[in-house]
Amino acid sequence: MSMPKIELNNVKKSFGNKVVLDGVDLTVNKGESMVIIGGSGTGKSVMLKSVLGLITPDSGSIKIDGQKITTYSQKQRDGLMGQFGMLFQGGALFDSMPVWQNIAFGLIQSKKMGRDEARAIACKKLQQVGLNANTGDMYPAELSGGMQKRVSLARAIATNPDIIFFDEPTTGLDPIMADVINDLIVNCVKDLGATALTITHDMASARKIADKVAMIYEGKIIWSGDVSALYDSGNSYVEQFIHGRAEGPITKHANFKA
Amino acid sequence: MSIETIKNYKLTHMAQNLCQSIGAALLGFFQSIGALAMFIGKAASHCFRPPFYPRLILKQFIDIGYYSLPVVGMTALFTGMVLALQSYTGFTRFNAEGAIAGVVALSVTRELAPVLAGLMVAGRVGASIAAEIGTMRVTEQIDALVTLSVNPFKYLIAPRVIAGTLMLPLLVLTADIIGIYGGYIVSIYNLGFSSGSYVEQTWDILTKIDVLSGLYKAAVFGFIVSMMGCYHGFNSGRGAQGVGTATTYAVVSASILILIFNYILTQVFFS
Repeated sequence: MSMPKIELNNVKKSFGNKVVLDGVDLTVNKGESMVIIGGSGTGKSVMLKSVLGLITPDSGSIKIDGQKITTYSQKQRDGLMGQFGMLFQGGALFDSMPVWQNIAFGLIQSKKMGRDEARAIACKKLQQVGLNANTGDMYPAELSGGMQKRVSLARAIATNPDIIFFDEPTTGLDPIMADVINDLIVNCVKDLGATALTITHDMASARKIADKVAMIYEGKIIWSGDVSALYDSGNSYVEQFIHGRAEGPITKHANFKA
Repeated sequence: MSIETIKNYKLTHMAQNLCQSIGAALLGFFQSIGALAMFIGKAASHCFRPPFYPRLILKQFIDIGYYSLPVVGMTALFTGMVLALQSYTGFTRFNAEGAIAGVVALSVTRELAPVLAGLMVAGRVGASIAAEIGTMRVTEQIDALVTLSVNPFKYLIAPRVIAGTLMLPLLVLTADIIGIYGGYIVSIYNLGFSSGSYVEQTWDILTKIDVLSGLYKAAVFGFIVSMMGCYHGFNSGRGAQGVGTATTYAVVSASILILIFNYILTQVFFS
């Protein structure tokens, strides 16, 4: 079996007294689309940001292509970032620059590409996410939420990354736009042959874009498997979450603690 | 248990609580001083190491320097004018009207131009830096920079700190000239002094160190204002409230530090 693309081993992280990640183990193979599901506050975002290097875990190891990145220097980390693309939950577009510069940002700033060449690529990426080239001259604040998400996706794929991270890509969108974004994600990831790691609590989205699904609960991965096995997981926590029931072990547990 | 032991127990408990909260406050205080010192060290070191972003530095020169000219100019003009007026009403009692030109020139160059320009810029620039960087923090734009392999210290903070430190001396030099001119206007057109002797007295009393000390102060104040704006913005809490608090802290801490460092620097230059 080939080397896993992303591998997390017993990753722990606490903020003050609050344990957010309590020993996460996760393996994502090359070219696979892994979706992490879980409720709010279960540590999804912290896990994603740990892999990205925006948060340093307290203990445990995170490996990309078999290389332990938790001990990387700033310089090695900057190099590693070149392989990553990230779609932020709120878009996180730079509102001080027009759309095309947002998309071309990584190309100009870290790949040192000329502005004209970068602009041409930005236009191509805009078309790839279903926007016309005129949008390139607009500012992010002038766009609707769905369009911002598309631009954000274009920025994430602009540098042809190996690994793309999606932080709740469909949150805040209407169901139709959410499905459009899901389709775009599936196509973009397939086109690039990239590995994808997505966190979401939107089950429709998870079903559509996942090859594999893992559920995180109280800082641990409590179930993982193929997306086809998700609906007969036999795990009562997973059952409650994917069907969105108010009654079940998750809420019961929470009430006990409260 | 006797009433006595219960009383004793309560007393020790209270004392413990007191010690605990004082300890926690002290630890918190030293922790934030440490965090600030590390931030300043990191930010300052990035000002000297490539890559540089000349386009962004130029933009900050214009934002911090050029656009602050009106507010700093107005402050200097009216400060110079009121200074001449006040000195006149005071000095006529001692028949010392001749000293007005000197008082205006020295007060403006040594103290009033750097301090008032520093405070005005803290309000204008410090607040806008903190709000802008704070909003970028809250909307994950800073995280986005990192994922695009761009160091936010170099891209966001270094240009602002460089521009703040270099632009404030230029602003203060302008304020010196405008402030002295304000004193001149009032003295000549309102108080009836002769133009020639006023200018002569100003030149006679001013020495190089008067102006230079003000400019050095200005550089320090510019560094303080931009650094406080960046620090509080960069560490902004969540949401609109977090950004609001960051902005307030940036302006208040910059203003207080300006006044403290003004005293320290004056002590260094003139004692």
